[in-house]
Amino acid sequence: MMGRLTQGVPRRILIALAVLLAVLLLAPWVANDYVLTVLILILYFAYTGQAWNIMMGFAGQLSLGHALYVGLGAYTTAALYVHFGVSPWLGLPVAIVIAAMAGAFIGYLAFRFGVTGVYFAILTIAFCEFARIGFDHFRWVSGSSGFFLPVANYTRNDLWNLRGSPAMFYYVMLALTVVAFLICHWLLRSRIGYFWQAIREDEMAAKTLGIDTFRYKMIAVVISASMTSVAGMFFAFYYNNLFPEQVFHISRSIELILGPIIGGIGTLFGPIIGAIVLTGLAESIFELLSALGWTPPGARQVFYGVCLLIVVMLLPDGIWPPLARKLGLDKSRDKTER
Amino acid sequence: MPAEIYLNVAISGLLTGLVYGLMALGLSVIFGVVRVVNFAHGEMMTIAMYLAVALFASFKLDPLLMLLPIAGVLFLLGYAMQNWLITPFINRPEHAQFMLLIAVAIIMVNGLLIVFGPDAQNVQTSYSFDSFAIGPLIIDATKVYAGLAAIVVAAALFAFFKFSLTGKAIRACADNYTGALVVGLDVRRLYALTFGLGAACVGAAGAILVLIIDVTPPLGPAFTLLAFIIVIVGGLGSMPGALLGGVLIGVTEALAGLLFTPSAKSMFAFAILVLVLLFRPEGIMGKRAS
Amino acid sequence: MAALLEVANVSKNFSGLRAVSDVTFAVPRGVIFAVIGPNGAGKTTLFNMIAGVFRPNAGTIVFDGERIDGEPPEQVCRRGIGRTFQLVRPFSGLSVEDNVMVGALHRRHDVTAARAHARDVLARLDLFDKREQPAGSLTLPDRKRLEVARALATDPKLLLLDEVMAGLRPTETDRMVDILTRINRESGLTILLIEHVMRAVMSLASRVLVLHHGAAIAEGTPQAVVRDPAVVESYLGAEAL
Repeated sequence: MMGRLTQGVPRRILIALAVLLAVLLLAPWVANDYVLTVLILILYFAYTGQAWNIMMGFAGQLSLGHALYVGLGAYTTAALYVHFGVSPWLGLPVAIVIAAMAGAFIGYLAFRFGVTGVYFAILTIAFCEFARIGFDHFRWVSGSSGFFLPVANYTRNDLWNLRGSPAMFYYVMLALTVVAFLICHWLLRSRIGYFWQAIREDEMAAKTLGIDTFRYKMIAVVISASMTSVAGMFFAFYYNNLFPEQVFHISRSIELILGPIIGGIGTLFGPIIGAIVLTGLAESIFELLSALGWTPPGARQVFYGVCLLIVVMLLPDGIWPPLARKLGLDKSRDKTER
Repeated sequence: MPAEIYLNVAISGLLTGLVYGLMALGLSVIFGVVRVVNFAHGEMMTIAMYLAVALFASFKLDPLLMLLPIAGVLFLLGYAMQNWLITPFINRPEHAQFMLLIAVAIIMVNGLLIVFGPDAQNVQTSYSFDSFAIGPLIIDATKVYAGLAAIVVAAALFAFFKFSLTGKAIRACADNYTGALVVGLDVRRLYALTFGLGAACVGAAGAILVLIIDVTPPLGPAFTLLAFIIVIVGGLGSMPGALLGGVLIGVTEALAGLLFTPSAKSMFAFAILVLVLLFRPEGIMGKRAS
Repeated sequence: MAALLEVANVSKNFSGLRAVSDVTFAVPRGVIFAVIGPNGAGKTTLFNMIAGVFRPNAGTIVFDGERIDGEPPEQVCRRGIGRTFQLVRPFSGLSVEDNVMVGALHRRHDVTAARAHARDVLARLDLFDKREQPAGSLTLPDRKRLEVARALATDPKLLLLDEVMAGLRPTETDRMVDILTRINRESGLTILLIEHVMRAVMSLASRVLVLHHGAAIAEGTPQAVVRDPAVVESYLGAEAL
């Protein structure tokens, strides 16, 4: 297994990844709470970005409603925990099934009825909005007044119930991100990965090569939705409160896809680089403005928007593809061309 | 509930829907010609709304009188955006264009937040509380003026595309890009002009809408979504379709707000959207896509 | 043994216009069979019906003893028909080798085995040295051969080639003719091609079907067909003789 995983990957990249992983594993011992919070945020966006990238970057299906799957995962695990005391890890399979079914439903409607491109994107927004309004009136999880998880001072970390310190959440998110990376890596080099990319590039040509494009697009949506719902569990237990207005808001869906687009869509490292750059950018703008003493609401986001604009204009393919070329990796099996 | 109430609400929804339609018309014109989805459309409308609020607060200028100047400002904004920002993205994939306009939208929303703050603002004209009584019906004067103004602006735009030479040239660009280049049309300028016109539409709609709705910065994304829904329901690229879609959505939202809870309003708009996407993807007035 | 492909009384209308009208022919196993005709004769429509893009309005298409008319393209491919497009459609963002991999994975679930097969096919199409280039950066002749390679990688029993010579210079045409002849001779692959370049048809095909205004007006050996008065009058004209 390990052998197949590393096959064809240049040695210096493996070493670099190993070093990076070691640094990340040691981080909680040296980082203060603030840095840890930022790292958690980076990992969170790296994870969700990878999950979204499977659908858009690999299979070419643009979803602008991924907050739906985050929200379904969050609400399912949180409700099972609060109402029945079910561990989030046991609630997770339920959440995954629900999110997968939601994804399958949207995918089925769209792909059977030939809804594509921008139209497909808007359909995904529509279903996310349905969920937002539906959950607003969903009494069992307190509707629009918000659903809260009990918070107490924990003397020790309870991994089984995901109650504990930032360091514990950090390791959970790190593990999820690494697993997601391995899954993406494996998928992209597998039969299914080739078929997805063929569909992304030219669906008609893919069909004439015998690919059941409906089936593979469905698989992409279901995998992407399932993985995204896992991030929902993390979101619920890390932040301890859920408001439909926030969880399912379109800006959640958008912030989740900025990373992979900025980092390099369809690439393995793009979502991770994108998460680092964007989160780092947001935090440094905040620090800078605080230092300058100019902090009206919105100032941070304006600078963020300007930086985003500059990156989009200067790096059409995102950050990773030109970076990979600089590092001499463009012949690696990482599909960087778009 | 007596029937008049439904009729009252429906007419009020229809008049508001005309303004929605004008807003969506801007999006439709831009997409129909430039083939770029303006993800900052609602944000541009909130800019126009704040312009109207500021002009009214400072100089007591009625938004309806300021409709043309505000549309003019938005025209310049749209022209500049297309000319300098979007032109290099014309042939880029959809997600790149999306990214660009999302960045623009973020800057707009938060720029407004810095300048005007988060509180809702509105315009109270001398006729704010006037109404017309027609038989058992009581209709807000403001909404009547708003609906009429929207129709006048839309009619002017129709006339421009139908009769003016520039309007015809823009339509030629939309129908056949290569052909337009071959016969020597300055496509870049026509695109900028089109984006400017679309922005002017949404600017006029904003100036009108401020009479009916309080404005806050986060209204932008919500109106972007609403404009999408209307345009898709009406038929992308169809100008009458945008107006019709606006009216349909306006009436639906008004009735849904009356029959169910107001917070469920947008659910019905989205439900219509989903039905149209599945069963008539070209929209009510649209032509079958090739 | 029955023919590999039997097209019987097939017709196709587009909003009242008759694009293909009552066409019947059979492609025996192991041959190279050409369909020729002027522009708008219905050749590509005929191809698209065999490949599953269009459903015929009338008639039957039998492949390898089973009816395939009306089946979707992916099913047709699964039965063993590979095709190319008149306007090439490479997966531009993928490398040349990965383009062919997509085809090779059709009957192979193992990526390593598929890669070996893809390289084998690439070598046969003179593309092995360019396997790491992005497909979008290839020249037209290379893209045409890539298109053939990708279809060939699906291990078809029948290869449909839609004007693979169009736009090629004579030397490139000869190269393609050589490659196709070699593939046909070595593996016994049946090839059905639409072609405009008569030079290629004359040297490749053992049988030719002539379409005109959607109807078959002649069928036979290339030598017989070019002397057929109906063909000469309607299509070839003085220039070809």
